[in-house]
Amino acid sequence: MKQQVKKSYVSETVARLKPSGIRRFFDLASSMEGVISLGVGEPDFVTSWNIREASILSLEQGYTSYTANAGLLELRQEIAAYLMRKFRVEYNPETEILVTVGASEALDLAMRAIINPGDEVIVVQPSFVAYEPLVTLAGGTPVLVETHGDDHFKLRPEHIEQVITERTKALIICSPNNPTGTVLQKEELEAIGRIVKKYDLLVVADEIYAELTYDDEYTSVAAVDGMWERTILISGFSKGFAMTGWRLGFAAAPKEILQAMLKIHQYAMMCAPTMVQYGALEALRSGEQDVEYMRKSYRRRRNYFVQSLNEIGLHCHMPGGAFYAFPSIQSTGLTSEQFAERLLIEEKVAVVPGSVFGSSGEGYIRCSYASSLEQLQEAIKRMKRFLERL
Amino acid sequence: MKLSEKEVEIIEILEKDARIPMETLAKMVELTVEETEAIVKKLEETKVIVQYAALVDWRKVDGHEGVTAMIDVKVTPKRGVGFDEVAERIYRFPEVKSVYLMSGAYDLSVVIEGRSMSEVAQFVSEKLSTLDSVISTTTHFILKKYKHDGTVFDQGDQDRRIVVAP
Ligand SMILES: Cc1ncc(COP(=O)(O)O)c(C=O)c1O
Repeated sequence: MKQQVKKSYVSETVARLKPSGIRRFFDLASSMEGVISLGVGEPDFVTSWNIREASILSLEQGYTSYTANAGLLELRQEIAAYLMRKFRVEYNPETEILVTVGASEALDLAMRAIINPGDEVIVVQPSFVAYEPLVTLAGGTPVLVETHGDDHFKLRPEHIEQVITERTKALIICSPNNPTGTVLQKEELEAIGRIVKKYDLLVVADEIYAELTYDDEYTSVAAVDGMWERTILISGFSKGFAMTGWRLGFAAAPKEILQAMLKIHQYAMMCAPTMVQYGALEALRSGEQDVEYMRKSYRRRRNYFVQSLNEIGLHCHMPGGAFYAFPSIQSTGLTSEQFAERLLIEEKVAVVPGSVFGSSGEGYIRCSYASSLEQLQEAIKRMKRFLERL
Repeated sequence: MKLSEKEVEIIEILEKDARIPMETLAKMVELTVEETEAIVKKLEETKVIVQYAALVDWRKVDGHEGVTAMIDVKVTPKRGVGFDEVAERIYRFPEVKSVYLMSGAYDLSVVIEGRSMSEVAQFVSEKLSTLDSVISTTTHFILKKYKHDGTVFDQGDQDRRIVVAP
């Protein structure tokens, strides 16, 4: 006889976590055929051949064992050189750089390395779906701060200051942002930096889209005056180098913090996959031209897509980076869930409802323009038809 | 000719897709349709854009059997005109698709398209090798085109991504 189950085996923290709203929408979209997907948060390019080739070669040569916990030293040196070259920030490859399984792992490590039970971490919304749960899983309390469409989803220092308490430990910044594409400029980061310094906070800077900015020179949070020592810089190869499936990222931070992250990584992961690290090495050594080519291509598609959205009546600010347009759908009177669901069912265009990215994403939808121009043109045609019918 | 950044960008886009609607092109480069049209017109008039062509995979067309050969040609250059004169005599033949002056083991690389191997052979033996300055020819037939002018034929370029992802 089966015993009656009295309680769940799942931890209360996990049981309380909301499943990702993206997941739910994915299930709906993937049950349909002939869908044009603007719902994808990844490049439509396949990883450059020379990167793939370098990884294949490493296998052929038999590099199939573990690397150092922190990653191949060669790769860390190359990452350090890259951060210097791109952002003018200096890290010691021996002690201040860690190669991780995606930026995702680096984010998780950052949270776990810095949070004490009950610490508060400020999460800006709309934002990448993983931040809030990662803070919770690390035993912290996410404190949400909203940014708004009429202010181009800029994070303002006064927003942060309003929610700072005794327990505030850190702030997560994502620039360029997923889903809004908003890029924070140097002066804006400096203003935020002043608050961060005033209250002695840390910044977890998710700069995974830094390679994909289109209008102005990019400033890394770590390059802002006085911020290096309080920044955990997180990036990776997924977006800029079109390597999402490879699962490779990295963190750079002052030694004390980085070594704490390394401790967790060493027990949880040992090291990132070896052949993938060889691929990444090649990406940094010879990938610049390919990145430039992809950036140019996204930029043209962004220009086309955002202008067209505005023309068909979906007001959209010009995003400075990443590959997302985040138009307002408030004029339709629908919620973002209703809009996305009806657009999917009636016109077979998949977009992600903005509400998935937090409360201030309500009234918006996320459209990835990392799709072929033909697909984008067709999507615009269908969205126009949909709007005219509403 | 010194071209502006926008002009170069327009060329790059048209080189990949000459049939792109003018409205789309204009948006991509952030100009008005009129401005874009004016630039394209100028590029055409100044022959920066020489021609708009279609890249065709003729193997897919039933009954269209053609052969392409690349011929290495050694020639005696002529005083005063060098290789230009003989190159011109060669490229005037309609069968000839391209002619390049090469460094190395031979002088001219000539691409010929014909309906059959014997037609190409006949052209080489009767027209090409009988030219005064031609010393020798070596004919290579192309068996299969994998990539041409930067475009891969028959590439599996379907989108492998799942429909919705972070
Ligand atoms: C803002 C942001 N950070 C991190 C990630 C995860 O990156 P990775 O593939 O390197 O784990 C994503 C992926 O969508 C993202 O949008």
